[in-house]
Amino acid sequence: MGFADFFRKKSSGNVAKDRLKLVLVSDRAGCSPEIMEQIKNDIITVISKYVEIDLDGLDIKITQEPDGNHGTVPALFANIPIKEMKTKKQ
Amino acid sequence: MGEVIVITSGKGGVGKTTTTANVGTGLAKLDKKVVLIDTDIGLRNLDVVMGLENRIVYNLVDVIEGNCRIKQALIKDKRYPNLYLLPSAQTRDKTAVNPEQMKKLCNELRDEFDYILMDCPAGIEQGFRNAIAGADRALVVTTPEVSAVRDADRIIGLLEANDIRRTHLIVNRLRMDMVRRGDMMSSDDVVEILAVDLIGIVPDDENIVISTNQGEPLVGNDTLAGKAYMNICRRVMGEEVPFLDLNSRMSLMQRLGAIFKKN
Repeated sequence: MGFADFFRKKSSGNVAKDRLKLVLVSDRAGCSPEIMEQIKNDIITVISKYVEIDLDGLDIKITQEPDGNHGTVPALFANIPIKEMKTKKQ
Repeated sequence: MGEVIVITSGKGGVGKTTTTANVGTGLAKLDKKVVLIDTDIGLRNLDVVMGLENRIVYNLVDVIEGNCRIKQALIKDKRYPNLYLLPSAQTRDKTAVNPEQMKKLCNELRDEFDYILMDCPAGIEQGFRNAIAGADRALVVTTPEVSAVRDADRIIGLLEANDIRRTHLIVNRLRMDMVRRGDMMSSDDVVEILAVDLIGIVPDDENIVISTNQGEPLVGNDTLAGKAYMNICRRVMGEEVPFLDLNSRMSLMQRLGAIFKKN
């Protein structure tokens, strides 16, 4: 760990805040980790029909987005790295 | 017409009973007529925190079942002429009472008292539903920990679902030294996450333990927690009271340290 990293290390208070925000998103949406897992698997199945996905880099979660009215609404965030397009083969 | 306030948190051990005792006593010190109701049936605690455990004759379940009149069950606190306690039953459980009965009891007490404070049990089951049944407003107590804030969020949702619209937050047991180091969420962090109005910040203060040992609420005395609780009482009554400067006891070296840490 470098000198600069030492100062940039995330404080445990901020870790707590970030963890809490994430857990509340799924609590408030009434979306359990099991359902998230099912959504994730279904998305993988559909996308895999067309492209080859990098499963290690896959990131699917529910986040809070501003609703333009000082509040937030839940949003499904998906970052799906593609290894190769399958369309060329046909 | 009196106001019914439920003190709740979801998670246990965050300071509901201590808050009820101190806010209730504080309101009585401010010349309001107050009754505290311990709704935690089977796990009676408010009586010992108030130091009134030796004076119990009848309890909440006796009143509900009609074994006695309300007046007979109310314990008058001799230290404050306007303060009364309705203790919970120790040998029964939460099914001995239902929300309808609690609502009726609250309405009967409204004529007599300015404030009726309901000390809610932990959890979200029948004990919680009993405690909130007659409430006009709520004080949600949390500590700056992930588990307590998560439960508070759930409770705030349930209060809304039960048409209790006036909900205020108390952040309890805040340790300013840890917040400054970045090792504890600040009250601002908690308010940002829960998105409810803050009505009080109570610093972690060993005097609370001492006062609970003695069975004498410390509200209104010269300790930090005593001042914080008295400010909450004034805000409950609708006064605008600035928040305590919890940094005031920071030494010069700590202040310098804080400046360097920011940059």
